[in-house]
Amino acid sequence: MLSGYVVTVLITIGIYVILALSLNMITGYAGQISLGHAAFMGIGAYTSALLYTRAEFSFWPAFFVAGLVAGAVGAVLAIPCLRVREDFLAITTMGINFVVEATFLYVPFFGAGMGIGGINPPRLFGSEISKPGFLLLVTGVIAAVIAVDRWLIRSWIGLAWAAIREDEEAAGAMGIDVVRFKVLAFTLGSAGAGLAGSLYAHFLTFIMPVNFGFGQSIVILSMVVFGGIGTLRGPIVGAIVLGALPEISRPAMEYRTLLYGILLLMLMRYQPDGILGERSLLVRGWHALRQQAAPMKN
Amino acid sequence: MIWQQIANGIATGAVYALTTLGLTMVYGVLRVLHVAHAGVYALGAYVGLWAFRATGSFWLSLVAAMAACALAGLLIERFLYAPLLHLPRIIPLIASIGLFIAMEEAFRIVAGPYALAYDAEVRFGSLALGPLRLTGPQTLILTVTLVLLGLLWLLLSRSKVGLAMRATAMDAEITSSFGVNTRAIIALNFLIGSAMAGAAGALIGVYDNQVWPTMGSVPAYKCLAIVVLGGLGNIPGSVLASFLIGLAETLLIGIVAIPFPRDALAFVAMILVLMFRPYGLLGKG
Repeated sequence: MLSGYVVTVLITIGIYVILALSLNMITGYAGQISLGHAAFMGIGAYTSALLYTRAEFSFWPAFFVAGLVAGAVGAVLAIPCLRVREDFLAITTMGINFVVEATFLYVPFFGAGMGIGGINPPRLFGSEISKPGFLLLVTGVIAAVIAVDRWLIRSWIGLAWAAIREDEEAAGAMGIDVVRFKVLAFTLGSAGAGLAGSLYAHFLTFIMPVNFGFGQSIVILSMVVFGGIGTLRGPIVGAIVLGALPEISRPAMEYRTLLYGILLLMLMRYQPDGILGERSLLVRGWHALRQQAAPMKN
Repeated sequence: MIWQQIANGIATGAVYALTTLGLTMVYGVLRVLHVAHAGVYALGAYVGLWAFRATGSFWLSLVAAMAACALAGLLIERFLYAPLLHLPRIIPLIASIGLFIAMEEAFRIVAGPYALAYDAEVRFGSLALGPLRLTGPQTLILTVTLVLLGLLWLLLSRSKVGLAMRATAMDAEITSSFGVNTRAIIALNFLIGSAMAGAAGALIGVYDNQVWPTMGSVPAYKCLAIVVLGGLGNIPGSVLASFLIGLAETLLIGIVAIPFPRDALAFVAMILVLMFRPYGLLGKG
């Protein structure tokens, strides 16, 4: 039905969707800029890979432990991040990413520059799952993340995050425990990245420190901002479009990174809300169309 | 051995100081994290190299690099940042990252992916202070840095324009109500900061005798760490932090040989300092 190549691309895009949705919790909903999301993806990937290759865990428990460990590290690292705001926060999270990557790269326990290999795909009922099976698994995880996302946004937590995002001082004055909700955002977002990292490790079967560097964080953040930060549809569409871009632009190989840079630049310049944000051209056009259509019904 | 490492550290610190100065000046007036500043730095190295090939004079190539970068800085301010200032901080940041990626790719496409030699023979005396000996190129870097820093200090502290620049960094709105053209002052900040980055690019091109498309990658992020360490927008703080990091890197890696990548050190130092001083070494809250 679908060729192996298409399935591979779809799985990669799916993993990016999980990463973009989880970063959106931290940066979109709670308004805390993070330039280090790939570090938590890496922590999940390494946790899963080490448990699988050294401690003889099977994929399933390793997958959940990866999410827990990444979430716990996210909670711990959120504490230094609480001391700083906005631009200082952006640079601190960037620094955390560089330090985490350097740790993977220089500590022999993590395989140093060689990375970790021999990570097999998950097994189900005694046999290794096929590539379409893996795609199904990724889709299932995306559905779970979306469900959690909706539940959070409809709950008091979503309101508290929105209040902190709009005005931290005012939120604090209204009795919202700013520290607790910020740590919660970093914990949940990092846990999501950890799950994505585990999937990534078991899909590629081989991981290297460079997969989780600052460049990867920028790719994930670009997807969130490209689609429309702080919405549910935005990060999903952003991850799909930017995730498919390297494949679509394969004929323009030589120029595709240049095009990527110019695309980011032009989008921020002319559609700073992303292609599907509340104030974007497409969404405003859609609302205008609906308003025109509404009176005709009556 | 240790003195030689100190000399290397001072030269490295001087280049960091030139590059971070522009970043901190831009941040002071616009509150934008100008990642593309490192693209301007690499542009300086390329323009310097081309001017050197055309004229054969290092000093002319240095001036050409500074002029081209000043112009690039003005264009970036006018067409990229000015329209985005009223938006959340993340928007100009992503735009800046996009511009930086595009600039690095443009250098690769125009000049090729390989490192080019910038073999300007600059005759410059070496300097000996007791056991501390700076080589000719190191002395050149330190001299140019100190001269530019001195000129900037004179401008900022002794002239009316400098007063307007300091006032704009403190509060642009009130300054403009006193009749200062803050748009022009902001542009001037970009002009001076970008020219300094151009000088840094050309100097490091000569010092390492190579210019390559991604030479700005490491400075792009490391300079942000240094600027934050010094206290964002604080000029003396960023000069201090530049020399501290330059020395710490060469000494810790060169003498103690700690098994840690040189480029992550600045970030470790920055995170540790921010824990105790959330606004950096000399920053005020």
